[in-house]
Amino acid sequence: MTVEQGDMKLDGNAIGGLLAEIFNMEMTTAEGTCGGCGAVNAVGRVDVYVNAPGTVVRCPACGQVLMRIVRGRGRYWIDLSGIRCLELVEPA
Amino acid sequence: MAFISRGFRGKKRDTASSSRVPPGQHTVNDFPVLSAGPTPRVDLAKWTFTINGEIDQPKTWAWDEFKSLPTEDITVDIHCVTKWSKLDTAWKGVSVDTLMEGVDTAAEYVVAFSDGGYTTNMPLDEITDHKAWVVYEYAGQPLHPEHGGPVRLLVPHLYLWKSAKWVRGLTLKNQDEPGFWESNGYNNHGDPWREERYWGD
Amino acid sequence: MARGTVLGRLGWKIGEVAEITAETPKVSSIAIDVPDWQGHLAGQHVDVRLTAEDGYQAQRSYSIASAPEDRRVTITVERLDDGEVSPYLVGELSARDKIELRGPIGGFFVWRAPGDRPLLLIAGGSGVVPLMAMIRHRAAARDRTPVRLLYSSRTFEDVIYREQLERLAAEDPSLDVRHTLTRSHPDGWRGYARRLDSQMIDDVAWPAQPTPAVFICGPTSFVEAAASLLVEHDYDPGWIKTERFGATGG
Repeated sequence: MTVEQGDMKLDGNAIGGLLAEIFNMEMTTAEGTCGGCGAVNAVGRVDVYVNAPGTVVRCPACGQVLMRIVRGRGRYWIDLSGIRCLELVEPA
Repeated sequence: MAFISRGFRGKKRDTASSSRVPPGQHTVNDFPVLSAGPTPRVDLAKWTFTINGEIDQPKTWAWDEFKSLPTEDITVDIHCVTKWSKLDTAWKGVSVDTLMEGVDTAAEYVVAFSDGGYTTNMPLDEITDHKAWVVYEYAGQPLHPEHGGPVRLLVPHLYLWKSAKWVRGLTLKNQDEPGFWESNGYNNHGDPWREERYWGD
Repeated sequence: MARGTVLGRLGWKIGEVAEITAETPKVSSIAIDVPDWQGHLAGQHVDVRLTAEDGYQAQRSYSIASAPEDRRVTITVERLDDGEVSPYLVGELSARDKIELRGPIGGFFVWRAPGDRPLLLIAGGSGVVPLMAMIRHRAAARDRTPVRLLYSSRTFEDVIYREQLERLAAEDPSLDVRHTLTRSHPDGWRGYARRLDSQMIDDVAWPAQPTPAVFICGPTSFVEAAASLLVEHDYDPGWIKTERFGATGG
């Protein structure tokens, strides 16, 4: 199957399940501020690469890595340092 | 008893034990493309390969200079930490030994760095002495961008994440500095024969 | 009940396949009875996990095609011939088989009736699935928010839900369905016959003010092209929601 390179890139909707597993909340509506360029985007809007040894989430404006998530041997390793601030709405 | 999906077999996975297939791996016939970001677009007119860091005088090659270095044709097995292995892959490129000729350094470590910001780290002696190459052809063709072209590092005795795609150089270091995956859960060393996949393995 | 986007602990559940319906030669809808299903919003998806006897697992996400008002959870799956999961779901899976899934997932790419602004839906191939859930939800809720679907498919035979869309549009003048076929079209075809372009958006999209709610779903390249065209037509990007299917897995 020929995959257009552009089609390797998904968005935050694709990791809705993974993030809910980790954070125990719906996360695709959470808004993140990029630590690089300051752009604010809902997780549903950010660029996501899942065809990698881990999941890599990037700012759609500047391409900086916002999050990295690796799973293995019963653990998650999560780097959120690319997000300056994450805004979540309290569950009802 | 865990739930089993009736009749599901998954992709045909050849897990037959073989002295060439490390533990936990299966062989594939295609060449999966993995990527942590967009494929860098490279202007060969501006491309350089650099060895810098703990070195008196950094060495830099432009594309034409790099292409005129002596090359080797090598056929190796490659092993990705995502569990696929591909046997007998054929590459053409420049041995790291050739690039390091004449380099006088006390550095014990190296960080390979790539377009797009990717890095990966190794002890320097893991890429010298016929263990690593900087390659620009795969299977007789110029290396495709999705597989790291124009140039990637190839370190076949370690998991393939150490074979940095779109590599632009090596930084020689006195201290080990974990790279992109090594700093986020993946094993600092990455020997497939000892199944060194994650931290703590 | 206005169900917020809160999830209970997202756990895997075992559902039972109630019915499988072929939509096109490569696409089938799988209706599943899921015990303790908490309901969902139109646009959400489920993760499906398959486990082989040797313990090997594969997981994929599928948009829910059914309206929240339906009792069963229906997913619509396109079989990719060299895929790993889709040839099992469309080909091997049968009624009364069990299937492991979790959901509903997603809070960003959702639409709830009643709508407060016109709705523009743009679908590329199997990207129509979550948009169909929105259309079905709107119909079940008897909502009359003007909605327009622009649906791009390769050929006439590839159009998923074609007859149901025709029926719904015939019953409801506020639902407007436009098709474009990009690879080939039948004789006498009166829809569009080319890839999405500026002229098509000009014809189909409502004026940018007041901005309609827009949902675009399909392969990444399709979604990005459609979104760019709308922004060129002065649409406020904040009102455009996208979901990229990509070509991962299969």
